[in-house]
Amino acid sequence: MLKTFIIGILLGMLAAAGALYTIPVVDQFREVSIVTVAPNGGNSELFHINIPADRVMIGATGKDGDVPLELAWPQDKVFENIGTEIFKVRNAKDAVIGVAARTVAKEGDTDLTDWVIHLPARGSLFVNMEPQPEAGRARIGKLRTGSREFGDLSGLIAESWVSGSASEDGVPRGRIELRADYVSASSLVGGRAEEQLR
Amino acid sequence: MKYIIALIAGILSGAALFLLGLVYNPFIGEAALSPLATTDSKTLTLGYSAVASDSVMYTNDGESQVSPFPDKVQQLWEAPISQTNAMVTVLTDSRNQVAGMGIKMASAGENTRLLEGKALVNSVWYVYLPGRGSFFVEQTENYWGYLRDIILPAYRSSAGTWKGIWTGNVTSGPGTTGTARVSGGTGEFDGMEMLGVESLSVRTWRVSGGPLAADGWLTIEMPDDQLAAN
Repeated sequence: MLKTFIIGILLGMLAAAGALYTIPVVDQFREVSIVTVAPNGGNSELFHINIPADRVMIGATGKDGDVPLELAWPQDKVFENIGTEIFKVRNAKDAVIGVAARTVAKEGDTDLTDWVIHLPARGSLFVNMEPQPEAGRARIGKLRTGSREFGDLSGLIAESWVSGSASEDGVPRGRIELRADYVSASSLVGGRAEEQLR
Repeated sequence: MKYIIALIAGILSGAALFLLGLVYNPFIGEAALSPLATTDSKTLTLGYSAVASDSVMYTNDGESQVSPFPDKVQQLWEAPISQTNAMVTVLTDSRNQVAGMGIKMASAGENTRLLEGKALVNSVWYVYLPGRGSFFVEQTENYWGYLRDIILPAYRSSAGTWKGIWTGNVTSGPGTTGTARVSGGTGEFDGMEMLGVESLSVRTWRVSGGPLAADGWLTIEMPDDQLAAN
């Protein structure tokens, strides 16, 4: 019987090791990526954010309308010219696929707008936007860097506001569209591919 | 019949022994010296409170140990983001003065391998320091030591609380020496490629609520040549 018990111990150890080796502890749910190939090379992807439904947080000094209502935005002077929004991000099929942060600040005479888009199953994008959009066009930003799937990519993100139906409560309704055009950084020669993407 | 009982008892004992050996294996998950501890370059250290209710905003799926803050903040319940949390917090400098704002977004890592002592989280920080600029931190964090030294003892405690002092680096990559990749965005950080390490110091952790007294630090190494160029 002792032999059986010892064999059981060995089997138990093997089973535990096998289970830990084969069964994934973390399994992120994935929506199928909806990526199109651009005619001039590279890939395009469209993300959007429904406003106000996908707004998780908005905070800025001296402005009404913080979300959530109980948000205590820091009153320190350092935060005087900073505004931050956190959103849920959706793909072209309107499924939530990630979280994004948009930060706006005033640095002297220039406006700073940065986006961080975090897609759990894929990676993250860090984008510096141009201070002002060109008249009648989307605000363009440069993909500064990315992580994991986006680590080797370079490209541009275009941010535009698509107005929705008129609201009864004074809250703007619509959606923020983010069109990402990226190419492999290793195929860039002197930034020419980015110029093409424009 | 008694052989079957002996076999089942053996299997259960074997599995338990294996898990105990894994958890208390001294060769994995030990807190190591920060890879930036010996750097000659200038470093930037930013502190923050690692307690959710001290942050400006913290949210997750709403079913985790740490509750979202403020209470009515929208939760990340949709399946693709249900293992993700987002935090907006105030960052302080090494003199404990408010230095700027940090946003952290973290998701459970699919490359987690408990067998190898890897409880991984993929996270990014966006840091904006008024008057100085912004940068982005990409890292893989390993919470194995945190799990073993804080969370398991808290679950074993009858009060469901762990108290003590635990300090460790959580950054484990993507740098080969266990450093985060830091990319400059604007201002004085524009164009800079740096290294970083995030560390935590925990004093109280409760099963119902997570960390109750804890601080975190981001240490960024700024190469002298890039600083001079900017």
